[in-house]
Amino acid sequence: MAEHYDVLVVGAGPAGLAAADAAAGHGARVGLLDAQATLGGQVWRRDVRAEAPRMARHAFHAVERRTNIARFTQTQIVAATDKELLVEQAAQARTLRYDKLVLACGARELLLPFPGWTLPGVFGAGGAQALIKQGWPIAGKRVVIAGSGPLLLAVAATLRKHGASIAAICEQASAKQLAAFAGALWRWPQKAAQALVLRATLTGVPYHAAAFVRAAHGDARLRSVEVQIGENLVRIECDHLAVGYGLVPNVELAQLLGCALTRNGSHPHVEVDDDQRTSIANVYAAGEVCGIGGRDSARIEGAIAGHAAVGATQAAQALRSAQRHARRFSALLETRFTLDARIRELATDDTIVCRCEDVTWSALRDFGDARAAKLQTRCGMGACQGRICGTALAELGRFPRGGPRPPIFPARLATLAEADFASTPN
Amino acid sequence: MNTFDLIVVGAGIVGAACADLAAAEGLRVAIVEPGPVGGGATAASMGHLVVMDDDPAELALSRHSQQMWEAYAQLPEAEFSRCGTLWVARDEREYAGIAAKIARLAQAGVVAEAVDAKALYELEPELARGLAGGMLVAAEAVVYPPRVAEFLVKRATTRNTQLHLGRRVHALSGDGVVLDGGTRLSGPVLVATGCALPELLPMLPLRARKGHLVITDRYPAFVRHQLLELGYADSAHGNAPTSVAFNVQPRPTGQVLIGSSREFDSSSEVSMTIVRRMLERAFAFLPRLCDLQALRIWTGLRPTTPDGRPYLGAVPGLRDVWVAAGHEGLGITTALASAHLVIDQLLGRRSAIDPAPYLPSRVRA
Repeated sequence: MAEHYDVLVVGAGPAGLAAADAAAGHGARVGLLDAQATLGGQVWRRDVRAEAPRMARHAFHAVERRTNIARFTQTQIVAATDKELLVEQAAQARTLRYDKLVLACGARELLLPFPGWTLPGVFGAGGAQALIKQGWPIAGKRVVIAGSGPLLLAVAATLRKHGASIAAICEQASAKQLAAFAGALWRWPQKAAQALVLRATLTGVPYHAAAFVRAAHGDARLRSVEVQIGENLVRIECDHLAVGYGLVPNVELAQLLGCALTRNGSHPHVEVDDDQRTSIANVYAAGEVCGIGGRDSARIEGAIAGHAAVGATQAAQALRSAQRHARRFSALLETRFTLDARIRELATDDTIVCRCEDVTWSALRDFGDARAAKLQTRCGMGACQGRICGTALAELGRFPRGGPRPPIFPARLATLAEADFASTPN
Repeated sequence: MNTFDLIVVGAGIVGAACADLAAAEGLRVAIVEPGPVGGGATAASMGHLVVMDDDPAELALSRHSQQMWEAYAQLPEAEFSRCGTLWVARDEREYAGIAAKIARLAQAGVVAEAVDAKALYELEPELARGLAGGMLVAAEAVVYPPRVAEFLVKRATTRNTQLHLGRRVHALSGDGVVLDGGTRLSGPVLVATGCALPELLPMLPLRARKGHLVITDRYPAFVRHQLLELGYADSAHGNAPTSVAFNVQPRPTGQVLIGSSREFDSSSEVSMTIVRRMLERAFAFLPRLCDLQALRIWTGLRPTTPDGRPYLGAVPGLRDVWVAAGHEGLGITTALASAHLVIDQLLGRRSAIDPAPYLPSRVRA
């Protein structure tokens, strides 16, 4: 029997938690879904060694104390219609019906291909942080952290807390860009404070601006990385490389539902109005999925979406100016961490671009669109369905990623055959 | 400059095969294709090279074409995998029907053998208990069609063929075609646009028949043969508005490709209701299939004529307009022989098989 909720919230990060709490505060029956085992999303992912930040604990508690919020953890979205979701939880299919849907699907890392990036020992920066928070042993390992954006410092802090020795942090943005970023932070005092704490945690760690990894070297695993620091090419010995070039919104579910997207640069995000409404009736979106803006705008937009979804427009509108202020941070992120053009030219002919299907850069040279490339080379046909390679190819200026097909995430065939889902005509 | 011996409209597997053959015959060829090469039914298909024996004309065409496919068995782009076809009999009645099928296939030169229940489970241990047996056509194979289409188009372009990729034929002009943007190409026209046939040739009845496919992650040797239920032909040839049949293929990658469904519908939208019916059918034959991880569902449209046979030949009432379209679910198998039938007619030659059953003029009869 399909269960029914007034509001379903997809994603239990800052935006989703705030949306669930706001909607439930008006008495709505809410379902909160997340792929992880615990609440928090990526930014507030549970750390086995450390207590969650106060703001996160507060958000968890707010949701946990409400009896009208059903929490679905370790739950993957498989397919969606305008009134129900097909999900998989503990290998079991479930159909969840909704009146209103809030998409708080967050973001994923932007990974770009460079020689050696597929060597064992090379991780995404956020990916490494997630693994290590969950207890993956890193103590005593030498790690280079590279890429771009504020995430690098947070990753470094986590790794250090877990005993890693940080060989270097390589931020591709120039010292000038970084100074301009830091200089603008006073407008977001919490962020400024956070940055100071992070820097303090990282005293003694070599931090390079205008630095990026050109290549990773090793045999069966990573041994060293070749880093461009300003005009110099430096080789740094290490056991691991954690590299990420920022974040891109997870728009797949929105796309599948038909929500209008806008492209700001190479990657699409969900278009919303002042009440966080998407172009599809009854579907709202909040947080990173509407454009990378960080934790604070996510929390506010989540709350707006939660209020608006249950018709509490006044409560939603009361948060508008705070939201606008928080959102200005997105513009700052975009302008201050613009990628050095050389990073887009690192892949060589034999660099693998599609890891699922082992498709190299040279094999993709002759194609002008994602579909032709996929049909001829299998690029994007694997388990990640182009999330990594399609996003990278878009960033590298080749072609936009093709639209998603169900299932949104790999699912058991038994789940696709679930009897309740789409059993009534739309 | 813009005059050709043949203008092939559409670069699916059928158009590509026609262009390749025409170019090999020394004709000056133009190919017009708005989307990617092999991007329509060719991309959506399973790529199973199968002889169907239910209709004598279909048997002749599919058998003839299958023999031609042997020329591509070593072509890397074809990803040719001789997994064989194993037709599964659910009960004694279906099993009893196998002898007649084997005889019909034998007459066409196809070697098929009956396998009893014991042999069936040795061939495919994952099959559900209680099945009566089956029929093995060991020499049959699967290919990866979009890359073959691309290969054929590329080969044609090395032989006096001009490729107009990303261009659409706006209309037939009487002595050729007009492309969107107004460019004119003149010469005899061969329309091989599959489901888009009615746009240029509305006098030839054709309907889109949607199919769903699901592909899994890699599970090497979960199944080893292309598996079909003997009742498949009822689904393929029947006129039921909606039908599903057990049709599962081991891809050379180790992935399992699961079909098949048929509905008269021209939208590309995935219907989870159909997917469910199709999967339940497959689970009935392969119970452990339900535990495999699915990566992707897609749909494709089969160009379907009222009698299920393709249109291969001159279009009645039009001068120098030819057609090769309407192959329903057999377009990959029959593409190569279809090209020969049409090009033979164009060049005024006799064909290896009788072209009469496929002539578009039958529409008027």
